[in-house]
Amino acid sequence: MTQKIVVIGAGMASGRVLEHLSDAGADVEVTLFNAEPRGNYNRIMLSPVLSGDKTYDEIVTHDAHWYAERGVTCRFGEKVASVDRGAKTVTAENGDVLPYDKLVFGTGSNPFIIPFPGHDLEGVIAYRDLEDTERMMGLGEGHKAVVIGGGLLGLEAAAGMAARGVDVTVVHIMGHLMERQLDEAAGYLLRKALIDKGITVKCSANSKEILGENGHVKALLLDDGTELPCDLLVMAVGIRPNVALAQDSGLQVGKGIYVDDQMITSDPDVLAVGECVEHDGAIFGLVAPLYDQAKVAAQTLMGAKATFVQKELSTKLKVTGCDLFSAGDFADGEGREDIVFRDPARGVYKRLVIEDNRIIGAVFYGDTADSNWFFGMIRDKTDISDMRETLIFGPAFQGSAPLDPMAAVAALPPDAEICGCNGICKGTIVEAITGGASDLGAVRATTKASASCGTCTGLVEQLLAVTMGDEFESKQAGICGCTDLTHEEVRRLIKSQELKSMAAVHQELGWKTSCGCHVCRPAINYYLLADWPVEYQDDPQSRFINERKHANIQKDGTFSVVPRMWGGMTTPNELRAIADAAEKYDVPTVHVTGGQRIDLLGVRGEDLPAMWADLNRAGLVSGHAYAKGLRTVKTCVGTDHCRFGTQDSTGLGIKLEKKLWGSWSPHKVKLAVSGCPRNCAEATCKDIGVVCVDSGYQIGVGGAAGMDLKETQRLADVASEQEAIDLATAFMQLYRENAKYLDRPYKWIAKVGLDWVKERIVDDLDERQALIERFELSQSIYQKDPWAEHVAEQANAYQPIADFKLEAAE
Amino acid sequence: MSDWIDIGALGDIPQRGARVVKTPLGCVAVFRTILDEVFALDNACPHKGGPLAEGIVHGSSVTCPLHNWVFSLETGQAQGADDGGVATYPARIDAGRVYLDANFLQMRAAE
Ligand code: SRM
Ligand SMILES: Cc1cc2nc3c(=O)[nH]c(=O)nc-3n(C[C@H](O)[C@H](O)[C@H](O)COP(=O)(O)OP(=O)(O)OC[C@H]3O[C@@H](n4cnc5c(N)ncnc54)[C@H](O)[C@@H]3O)c2cc1C
Ligand code: SF4
Ligand code: FES
Repeated sequence: MTQKIVVIGAGMASGRVLEHLSDAGADVEVTLFNAEPRGNYNRIMLSPVLSGDKTYDEIVTHDAHWYAERGVTCRFGEKVASVDRGAKTVTAENGDVLPYDKLVFGTGSNPFIIPFPGHDLEGVIAYRDLEDTERMMGLGEGHKAVVIGGGLLGLEAAAGMAARGVDVTVVHIMGHLMERQLDEAAGYLLRKALIDKGITVKCSANSKEILGENGHVKALLLDDGTELPCDLLVMAVGIRPNVALAQDSGLQVGKGIYVDDQMITSDPDVLAVGECVEHDGAIFGLVAPLYDQAKVAAQTLMGAKATFVQKELSTKLKVTGCDLFSAGDFADGEGREDIVFRDPARGVYKRLVIEDNRIIGAVFYGDTADSNWFFGMIRDKTDISDMRETLIFGPAFQGSAPLDPMAAVAALPPDAEICGCNGICKGTIVEAITGGASDLGAVRATTKASASCGTCTGLVEQLLAVTMGDEFESKQAGICGCTDLTHEEVRRLIKSQELKSMAAVHQELGWKTSCGCHVCRPAINYYLLADWPVEYQDDPQSRFINERKHANIQKDGTFSVVPRMWGGMTTPNELRAIADAAEKYDVPTVHVTGGQRIDLLGVRGEDLPAMWADLNRAGLVSGHAYAKGLRTVKTCVGTDHCRFGTQDSTGLGIKLEKKLWGSWSPHKVKLAVSGCPRNCAEATCKDIGVVCVDSGYQIGVGGAAGMDLKETQRLADVASEQEAIDLATAFMQLYRENAKYLDRPYKWIAKVGLDWVKERIVDDLDERQALIERFELSQSIYQKDPWAEHVAEQANAYQPIADFKLEAAE
Repeated sequence: MSDWIDIGALGDIPQRGARVVKTPLGCVAVFRTILDEVFALDNACPHKGGPLAEGIVHGSSVTCPLHNWVFSLETGQAQGADDGGVATYPARIDAGRVYLDANFLQMRAAE
């Protein structure tokens, strides 16, 4: 007997069910309802339609003719209003009641709209169907659009509109794009490609409100106050299975409509397929599993037994010029091993995650040619132990003997180009080496190879090793296990390649780990903020705890608090506030430091914000006693009181401290100003020390009195206070821009030479001025009291996230 | 089947960071990695009791802020040449909230 089947929703999943039934010649009579006023089309190809690469007609999968030939009764533009499972009937919106033997839900999902104020304004749309696509296509050149959501859909919408000349901004809440499919490195490359397409990308951006005018969207307001004007706002922040009708009809529903392995719901005569279902705890958002479901559902309808099994999924993005691929699980983990390949010149990044000799995850960007081969190995759980060494190079490299990198370099012909920037080939470099250039620096000096972008440094070193044999030892060690590049190389490359984010450094400089380690991250964070104060966003999570919490951690996990005392001066009022704070927060130790101020030691982490708020009220700010940055400026009482004082040493000290405080530097920086050569402020063992004399100011640099005892070297003698301040400031900036992280000035000067420093800041007045200006630009962003800022914005972060202390212990 | 205690929003823990949960037997550090996984570990370093929650998080490891021992967030074991470990507790994320296994308080009591 002919089975009467009613299908709710003409989507990609139900469409496949009908195809299978028709191919098998099933004896069925189908009525197909669809809320959209059209039949089945290839929804995933809406993006090429949007970008103009395809037309709607090209993506229709079933046209009127197809349905007619198979006797499918089409009720398009009509919703099913209700289902009566007892009577086995459905009711259409117009009241028609239709009986069924089997009912199939294929209702898909609903795009999620975040209920920000203004979400119901005209011009706020989702990206789900042809109507949405047409709205975007109608926008036209010169208009502005904002897309909320940097996932697959949001980016396809953005790229499609941008291809039509629309000025598009993508606002994404997470730190990098497509964070569910991509790791940070691939996210960085993707972002770069989108920016190249003229799209503005804002990550870590929180939307707050949609602003309108006359009922129409006008702009998106972010919580940092930024307003992004737009004519159309597309929200692509996720989907929710469309279960309302199923729920109303009494079917069992969780996140989606519950189905078993045969795609049968809690009612044996009702099936469900597609994004509306929940199977074994999972819901679905890509077509591959839906097609598997459709196959099973068709079998079930025909009375055959088939089983739906969830499989590994992979993702690609359909944006021209952005080749990316991701599959499986690519989280770091114990027992997991990464194989990372980066080709900065081509913008390629590949990462495989290996566990128990099997690939369990893969992320590729820029070159996805072999992705299917890798995906197959993930699905089949192929044992890769035999090809581990060459695995990342793809199928073309398998089967032959693994290539030793040294042998590979040795095998290169003499005319092989090694340094692309300077066009230097192997023969030239080998000639230089045999002619006496025995290290990297010498090769650079004689041939220029690796002296520009530096990415061929590894190859040049291998050539040195191959040519010189045991005589060659790579003299410069990399920063840490994450890279072979030295601090100096990284600093130079950050400037020359204009690398402005951590991810950019990792990718362009070929980092071997996915996100660095505790050794390189603080250094890179410093280099980036020093070189790009405006563009780079400081990353607290890459800082040592002292700089993250603005206090010195103690051996028992408590902290110490040192308020600034400008030039070592204080007042009864400040001292009272310090005393009050010490009592109020049970500070066990109050110590007068060697830096002319007071240290409160043993403060509980949770008390820090409250204590700072109290100190702030008395005008006290952070003394940065924990910082790689300006620490103290010691002074003596000078002309104010001392019978030998020649200049206002206290006043100059305070001026210097007010100018330099808050700036971050490669290592700590301490200053002192003494009023006469008796030098009571110990200025001759400071990073910058000024000794006042009758004729003016003697400025010394590069002193220290810690692990090494160093006397300052004379930088210059100047007549005016202003010149003294200018020289100190320019010196600070030159040090900030050039030194290796954790080199105090004396170590840095030993490397570059005092003459090099003098040429730049004593002799060259333009350079001095330019350094001062760059310092001031940086200070306009970084000179702020971190205590006040943390009290205002993140006091909560200092508290436990939860407290179970009150609950009785067992 | 285990019950889970909601300890707070995922957004309250910074990526590559941690927050602590206080218990009668000392603190548990709840870490969040760059890939938004969460891990719960005892907060006291086996070396000299350093507060691991204050360390730098990289990959799925954390470096103790006091003397730079590195621990796997997954196993709680010290990496490399150092020897020792801390207890770990089941943790998970659901709909933007972070949950610890309700038994973790008892697990701590039992140690
Ligand atoms: C508090 C203080 C000792 C005191 O009670 O007097 C102190 C305390 C510490 N010093 Fe110091 N130093 C203190 C003045 C000094 C001085 C004297 C001075 O500045 O006039 C020196 C020698 C001068 C110099 O720096 O050249 C000094 C040379 C060091 C060194 C060795 C630096 C070097 O380059 O050789 C370190 C280690 C480091 O920084 O890497 C250090 C590191 C430390 C640390 C930060 C160790 C640490 O990482 O935990 C201590 C933090 C204690 C805390 O929790 O607050 N401290 N330290 C002094 C704070 C001064 C201030 O007001 O900010
Ligand atoms: C722009 C875009 C790009 C995409 N790109 C990809 C990609 O590259 N790769 C990939 O794997 N996936 C992609 N997807 C996801 C993919 O399109 C979906 O997974 C798939 O379409 C879901 O199929 P479905 O049959 O479950 O639902 P749908 O295709 O959404 O069909 C459900 C239909 O049911 C109708 N309906 C709902 N309720 C009722 C009712 N009560 N009565 C009648 N009709 C009703 C709806 O109007 C709709 O037409 C993309 C999606 C979009 C929007
Ligand atoms: S001298 Fe050593 S022990 Fe004393 S405060 Fe300085 S770093 Fe700590
Ligand atoms: S206390 Fe953790 S490393 Fe010493």
